[in-house]
Amino acid sequence: MNALKQFIRKPMGVVGAVMLLVVVVVAVCAPWLAPYDPQERVQVTPDDILAPPDAEHLLGRDDAGKDVLSQLIYGARVSLIVGFTASFMSMFIGTTVGLVAGYYGGRVGNTLMRLVDFLMVIPDLPLMLVIIAVMGRGLLNIILVIGLLGWTYTARLVRSQVLSIKERQFVLRAQAIGAGGGRIILRHILPQVLPLIIAQAVLDISVSILAESSLAFLGLGDPTLISWGMMLNFAFERAISRQAWWFLLPPGFAIVLISLALVLIGNTLDEIVNPRLRTHHLFDPRRMVALVTGTPPQSEAKVAAKAR
Amino acid sequence: MERGNYVLRKMTFAVITLVAIIVFNFILFRILPGDPVRLIIHSPRMTREAQERIRANFGLDKPVWFDAERLQEGDVLGAFDSQFTAYVRNLAHGDLGISFASRRDVAEVLAERVWRTVVLVLGGDLIAIILGMILGLVAAWRRGTKLDTAVLLGALFSWALPIFFLGIILLILARGHLPVGGMVAPGLKPEEGLAYWLDVGKHLILPTITMAIVYTSEYVLIMRSGVMEVLAEDYILTAKAKGLSTFRILRDHALKNAALPMVTMIALTFGYTIGGAIQVETVFSWPGIGRLMYEAVQKRDYPVLQGAFLLLAVSVIVANLLADLLYSVLDPRVKAE
Repeated sequence: MNALKQFIRKPMGVVGAVMLLVVVVVAVCAPWLAPYDPQERVQVTPDDILAPPDAEHLLGRDDAGKDVLSQLIYGARVSLIVGFTASFMSMFIGTTVGLVAGYYGGRVGNTLMRLVDFLMVIPDLPLMLVIIAVMGRGLLNIILVIGLLGWTYTARLVRSQVLSIKERQFVLRAQAIGAGGGRIILRHILPQVLPLIIAQAVLDISVSILAESSLAFLGLGDPTLISWGMMLNFAFERAISRQAWWFLLPPGFAIVLISLALVLIGNTLDEIVNPRLRTHHLFDPRRMVALVTGTPPQSEAKVAAKAR
Repeated sequence: MERGNYVLRKMTFAVITLVAIIVFNFILFRILPGDPVRLIIHSPRMTREAQERIRANFGLDKPVWFDAERLQEGDVLGAFDSQFTAYVRNLAHGDLGISFASRRDVAEVLAERVWRTVVLVLGGDLIAIILGMILGLVAAWRRGTKLDTAVLLGALFSWALPIFFLGIILLILARGHLPVGGMVAPGLKPEEGLAYWLDVGKHLILPTITMAIVYTSEYVLIMRSGVMEVLAEDYILTAKAKGLSTFRILRDHALKNAALPMVTMIALTFGYTIGGAIQVETVFSWPGIGRLMYEAVQKRDYPVLQGAFLLLAVSVIVANLLADLLYSVLDPRVKAE
């Protein structure tokens, strides 16, 4: 509850949340909001091809004479579905690996962390590119590839937190009264790390959305669905020479809107929950004094008490 | 002794990574839907005999990994006469196969294009590193001020910007003022010397700026949080207490300590930068490895995709190894690890 109160006080976070809400509403209500069915075959005259915006087609028409606005509205669905499912996958894998590697350490932990190092070194986009090019461009393949490759940072983050938490009193006490490893991890350690994991997962959603749009722009989007990246691919290949900005710019700004929303939210959450970012000697004279005299200022004391 | 251990460990890791990538590459392109031979032989009229000959040429009549029967018979060498060993042997000879689309040697095509990508990535990355470190340092020092908020918002915005879309916007804006596609004006030959290279430089401006803008944001965010962490250390307090000027604290303490992890971060970001180069090259038709991959995807040119991916992966692995080694020279503390 406290975190929610802090969140509301941060303008960046609130703006991000509103932007995200707008996109979610658009995606959910797409059939009612979209003026046309973007999958429908339309009879077109040459004049309709890349026709500029008018009263019937607020964002003009694409290279096949279809309504751009309707495609834009439906495109929100692909971005959100890929973003949320892929990053949920990577959150789950990353958290599990991080908890196990951090708590048990030893040979298993080391092997897991080498796997993390390995995946971190391989260039993501080229890897996704070759896998999708070979395995096919279906939505499921795209989600799986992004989700299965995106968990390394979360795993590192969780592991480093677990390493310090497992030395704390409450964990040692739980061990002393004979609690098992699984129970300690789930009941005592996970709740401590969860806020950080969630902040990271929100950032991951935007990474996944950007990855999907990059793949689609490079011609590897699901051909049966309309996504913003694919619209940009078509617009770039077929409309840029005609200066059809109404086809080119909206999907790009839509991607910026959703990923910026998630970055703003994730960054704000991170500022609230990440304990490392709280102190700063050079700039805040009040805290400097507090450190020297040993009496933390009010707000700081509360935060410190909460952290314990 | 301990330093030697560290170096050895990092090199072993790099070698294992390399082997894993080669095996992965082999498996991935072996599970291609359909028969590889059918992908190469476009004519269905080709005789059975000719097809078998091509199969034998590609080693497809051999087992994939090894022949278990011959291994049991004790014929170790014969048992490992497989598709995989043939693949590795070809790799060792620099033979990456023939492009389906252009019928040219893949290794040759890659060699011709690789420096173009190197120039783009290094140029863009270098600008981004310098700008990012300066902006990140200033933002962290002035944390919470309007300046910090402006830098942070700018960085978050360009971080959220798909790099190909930024490229498209710059392309629209700069059309008519700067060349927006290709590597050099048509008709200009390398024999013309300076004029040729100046024109290549002009074609590089937009792709480089696109790379620089997006990756600056990456480094600003890393540097900002790194410096903020350093500024929370007690030795900054000590430096302040002994009366050092803010400038000297920032330069001698904050910058130095925050720059160290940047070495690792730059190497790790390198893989990400290469992903950006693929998109930027696609937008500006810059004829490097990235544009090659884009075209290979369109044409289903698997040998080219496989070779380009291998090249990119190997360069990132090597870059990371170099960064790890450099780090151990710069920071004596890693020995204790």
